[in-house]
Amino acid sequence: MAFSKDQLLDRLKELQIEFSQYEHPVVLTVEAQAKYVGNLGGALSKNLFLKDKKHRYYVVSALADTKVDLKVLSQRLGLGKGGLRMAAEEALVEILKVPLGCVTPFAVVNESARHVSLLLDHGFKTQEYCFFHPLSNDMSISLNAHGLDKFLKSIGRDPSYVDLEANPPVGKDQPPDLAAFVPSDAPILSDLPVKAPTQDSTGKHVSAASNSAAVAAKAVKPSGNVQNVKEKPVNTVQPSIPAADAGNFVEELLDRASALLLSEISEDSIKQHSGQLGAEVANNIKKCLREDLKNLATIFKNTAYTEGFYAGTRYQPKRL
Amino acid sequence: MEKVEDQNPQQEEDQVVNPWEVSAKDGGKIDYDKLIDKFGCQRLDQSFVDRVQRLTSRPPHVFLRRGVFFAHRDFNDILDAYERGQKFYLYTGRGPSSEALHLGHLIPFMFTKYLQDAFKVPLVIQLTDDEKCMWKNLSVEESQRLARENAKDIIACGFDISKTFIFSDFDYVGGAFYKNMVKVAKCVTYNKVVGIFGFTGEDHIGKVSFPPVQAVPSFPSSFPHLFSGKDDLRCLIPCAIDQDPYFRMTRDVAPRIGYHKPALIESLFFPALQGETGKMSASDPNSAIYVTDSAKDIKYKVNKHAFTGGQETIEKHRQYGANLEVDIPIKYLNFFLEDDAELEHIKKEYGAGRMLTGEVKKRLIEVLTEIVERHRRARAAVTDEMVDAFMAVRPLPNMFD
Repeated sequence: MAFSKDQLLDRLKELQIEFSQYEHPVVLTVEAQAKYVGNLGGALSKNLFLKDKKHRYYVVSALADTKVDLKVLSQRLGLGKGGLRMAAEEALVEILKVPLGCVTPFAVVNESARHVSLLLDHGFKTQEYCFFHPLSNDMSISLNAHGLDKFLKSIGRDPSYVDLEANPPVGKDQPPDLAAFVPSDAPILSDLPVKAPTQDSTGKHVSAASNSAAVAAKAVKPSGNVQNVKEKPVNTVQPSIPAADAGNFVEELLDRASALLLSEISEDSIKQHSGQLGAEVANNIKKCLREDLKNLATIFKNTAYTEGFYAGTRYQPKRL
Repeated sequence: MEKVEDQNPQQEEDQVVNPWEVSAKDGGKIDYDKLIDKFGCQRLDQSFVDRVQRLTSRPPHVFLRRGVFFAHRDFNDILDAYERGQKFYLYTGRGPSSEALHLGHLIPFMFTKYLQDAFKVPLVIQLTDDEKCMWKNLSVEESQRLARENAKDIIACGFDISKTFIFSDFDYVGGAFYKNMVKVAKCVTYNKVVGIFGFTGEDHIGKVSFPPVQAVPSFPSSFPHLFSGKDDLRCLIPCAIDQDPYFRMTRDVAPRIGYHKPALIESLFFPALQGETGKMSASDPNSAIYVTDSAKDIKYKVNKHAFTGGQETIEKHRQYGANLEVDIPIKYLNFFLEDDAELEHIKKEYGAGRMLTGEVKKRLIEVLTEIVERHRRARAAVTDEMVDAFMAVRPLPNMFD
């Protein structure tokens, strides 16, 4: 389900974002790109695809001249001194769905890149227009930072610009200033699971909408919801999906229950309770897990309600 | 006829307890008996705990069992009404003065969540961003931002969105809420408010006119979108005992404007790591365990900074045992270790000198780490959209289910 260059260009036109496109032979570096579009007045961008020790990914998009120090960036993100590395080529293809040399902020349009954090150089804002690859190395497009913002907002991303050259102190009393850019959700590493949540969330929206008695005041049309989810490949309520996913929720419950079950059944406990072991274990599981599972269920409920609420506030009444 | 505190608390030489300052007399501990006496509230004894267990058909919360919530006003009226089938609503709040929340801040919220689940009642949570803007001299935007950030940690305590309304003063004050504020304000003279809160001629008028803001969430008519037509609904306020002055004032005014007096259920202060001289301070990172602390931080803080009642040498300790009165790890376990039997065992062994401080600390670190971890995971699931939903002025049709 990777977004293609043409789909991207079509989308930019749909959103009425002004841009110019330039085809050229495949380029793998900024220097090579400069040969073809370097003299057209706009600013070239350099784009890094990075990963941290906890397998979270970041796209850092900066003006070609901006100095990006990975050690400083790592500290500002709260990852310690050596927390950031260049991501492997396989990750580039799997997550950003672009070839080598083609990292671009536009790659976050892909479902697989949902959890990739995007850091944009505030220098972009002072340029009339900047060059990026539109998901393919054989073309460069130039557009203004406003245009980029419009596109990012349309896919539910909050465009935030950062002074990448700044080096503020990070310590006990000065928390890392870019900590908010560290993705909080588990990243999706391969293609298949990506499809499943989308399907589940479609189903989720329908059932959440009809079950959510709290939103009863607004009759949310199930078909309307499904249609919305299909149109946008990236659902703007995405951040909460891991918790609202019924499948994940049940897996988590089963994991905890079976872990506890396994720990309860040992040579000693078998000897101690023999025939009564079943009842004993059942009771213990209930006692230990009750509160934990209720908490998980409340989080699930709150997330589902939020999705319904969000959809309800953007509900378009029937045209009479 | 209950006592209404008239003297200026700051003039007394001994302990100071008011919403903006808590300190014990001369490096000692807070004398809670004296406080109950001075404030005029009631002790929450075992009969209450048993009654709550009977009415809710579930084990009472650890804070009730251990006397963390130890004082009340009219809690028996709430229980009487509940027994007759009359529900109530909960009201609690937070002054968002910093992003860093510590375990002490979570205590009223953990208890309120239990009350919401056990009694199946709705809850309003007030974020007094205006108060912090005035008292801490924050900008309006910063206090609003902190309110939203704190809301996320509050939501992470596990409140049910279909029964909970969170609001910030800057967003919500107005309409029916403001009408009640004016009604309350008309009933409290300048002299009275100076007497209760200790304002001086140098304090700006924002401070002087703030108390009604914290008073009126006690009245159901302040929330027409929730309680319209339910003017008779009672209110129960779980809070730390330093908030008592606001609600003494509120209870004094309530009958004069035709409303029920709100009931209160009050907690002890959570002691600082360094010892029981006051409450934890958000400005001293080593005085508290923060919800953002890593397992490593918790281990370090407890091992290096927790004040213990253990003796100086192992021999002395084995001989005399630990001083449980001042031992912070024991006090913390009292708050957070669920298993009554295990706590008793630890107290007995440690008090007799058979268990060493290191072991007690180790157990505490386990307990605290689990709590902080659970909170962090729950916090990670809270999105801005969820905060918006909790804070939206919307009906809660299932709030008593």
